[in-house]
Amino acid sequence: MSSGFALRVMLGFYVCLFFMYLFGPLVVMGITAFNTPSYPQTIPFEGFTLDWFVKLYNHRQMREGLWNSIIIGIGVVALSVPIGLAASIIMNQIYHRARGLFYLVTVSPLLTPGVIIGISTVIFWKDAFGLTDFTKAVFYKGIILSILGQSSFVAAYCLLIIMARLTRFDRAQEEAALDLGATYPQVFLHVLLPFLRPALLSAAVIAFLSSFENYNTTTFAILADKTLVTVLAGEVRQGTTPALSALAVIIIGLSLLGAVVYEVLKRREERIASEMKERARLAERGETAPELFRPAAATA
Amino acid sequence: MALVLFFPKGRWHVSSRAFVILLPFLVIAAFWVMARYEARTVHDPTHKSYWERNGMVLGILFIVLVALWTLFLVTLPYLYMVVESFHPRLPPMKRFGPEDYLTLEQYKSLFVSPVDKEWNTTHLYAFFYTIVVSSAVTFLNLCICYPLAYFMAQAGSVQQVRLLMLGLIVPYWVNEILRAFSIRLLLAAKGLINQGLMGAGLTDAPIDFLGNNTGMWVGLSYANLLIMMFPLYNAIESLDKNQIEAARDLGAPWWKIHRDVVIPYAKPGIASGCTMVFMLAAGSLAAPLFLGGPNTLWFTAIVYDFFFQAFNWPRGSAYAFLLLAACITFVMIMLRLFKVKLGEAIR
Repeated sequence: MSSGFALRVMLGFYVCLFFMYLFGPLVVMGITAFNTPSYPQTIPFEGFTLDWFVKLYNHRQMREGLWNSIIIGIGVVALSVPIGLAASIIMNQIYHRARGLFYLVTVSPLLTPGVIIGISTVIFWKDAFGLTDFTKAVFYKGIILSILGQSSFVAAYCLLIIMARLTRFDRAQEEAALDLGATYPQVFLHVLLPFLRPALLSAAVIAFLSSFENYNTTTFAILADKTLVTVLAGEVRQGTTPALSALAVIIIGLSLLGAVVYEVLKRREERIASEMKERARLAERGETAPELFRPAAATA
Repeated sequence: MALVLFFPKGRWHVSSRAFVILLPFLVIAAFWVMARYEARTVHDPTHKSYWERNGMVLGILFIVLVALWTLFLVTLPYLYMVVESFHPRLPPMKRFGPEDYLTLEQYKSLFVSPVDKEWNTTHLYAFFYTIVVSSAVTFLNLCICYPLAYFMAQAGSVQQVRLLMLGLIVPYWVNEILRAFSIRLLLAAKGLINQGLMGAGLTDAPIDFLGNNTGMWVGLSYANLLIMMFPLYNAIESLDKNQIEAARDLGAPWWKIHRDVVIPYAKPGIASGCTMVFMLAAGSLAAPLFLGGPNTLWFTAIVYDFFFQAFNWPRGSAYAFLLLAACITFVMIMLRLFKVKLGEAIR
């Protein structure tokens, strides 16, 4: 018993240490955002201030960068979620021999350092868009190259997320709809897409966030333009200011909010799913399931 | 022959780039022929063709999207970069001209410096240093994450796990640069740790954590901690608790349970975590740029400089390709070592 107790104490100690390592630097940084000295310092805490947030707000380059980041993020979602969806559908249907190669090609961006994705995107598209003066003037831009470069690996994330749900899809539903005279696009829109909706949503969220956060690929692909993260990198390289800590505080706050919202949504979804399953199970048994179940669901 | 038809003037230096553009199309054609052959020889009455399953409109749409991705966003840029690395550095006007021949000089330059014809010890050292440090960081993170992953997956209660998960997810979304910045605030000469050390009287002058690469090590480990955690957790989570119970009932000590039951079962997770962490560490820019001192050598940072300071794209491409080759080698070794298939490691 005593050895079990010792093990538990050690485990608790280890978990504390782990989370100190994980959160310690963030907390230290967070405190500097509210401290008055212009060098970001935690101790001594000389006075509470919100000036650094104002400084951050007035940072013109960062606001421009933020705008670019959002545009790129939307572009990446618009490009990579449909690609991920199409790729997962094809992956499901493809011949076994070709499947290995297809899989290798589609996940290879995940095994490639982001720097290399950025470099290859710039080298390739510089020549490809450079073929005519018109395409060069219109398309050879940091924002477009960033969207293309980031999509190459973000689409692979989307593929994996959508794939995980698609493998649980019952093809009989599709067959039934087709037999009843639905057209292919109708089946796709009214049977497959609703089934995949949760996966598509989380793919879109993950796609936007990973695009927004990306540094290694973007720093090459963005050319002369700026995103929030590349501006940030420039600032960190030049020196340290508590305004950066202020930005970190905002990001941590937002992700905390996001995590909580996600948790709540997920729980609600799980509850609805289990209710549906329960209802279906009762209906199958021949019991008058909907009437029996509805009051319970309403009170829950 | 086909290439001569494309470039009838015998401009082979140009055709090397064209050949690479054609390569993926040749592979696709080969697979298409194979698929046709298989469809003709194997008679399966329940089998429905791709078009019968998706319809014409959607079928074409799917293929166009996937082709756009696999060809124009993945394979062609990679191959094009590789070809670029076999060309000399030329001003834009001379590209595709007669001086644009195939050459190995960019690869040679990693070994023999083109300036003074001596051994290029700086870059060679940086290359091996990057690989060794990335491997070490990968192993370190595996050791740090394994106990918590095991606890969350097998030992913890539902509430505990939910709370821990939330605690893991939030810092995961703080971006790489800001995390490097936070480590820098801790370890800088005026940082909290040096303040503490000097306050306790352990040192008189601040220790230069950034100059002696401690900062970079910590930054690399810190940035990739959760990349290791999630695959490990997912792998261990699906292990049946009864197996551990059975081993315990049969009298196995805890370390034997881990060695013979948990770790063999978690192999795909370990392989996938190690692969991702190594790749991200070796390709990392933020930690060496923001947490290294002036003498810190990091291969990715050298590649970065070739693009932004020396403007030598072919040489940068050659170095990038070597980095990629090192990453692929590492992945192959991990998969072989753990006897895991690629499909199991990346899910």
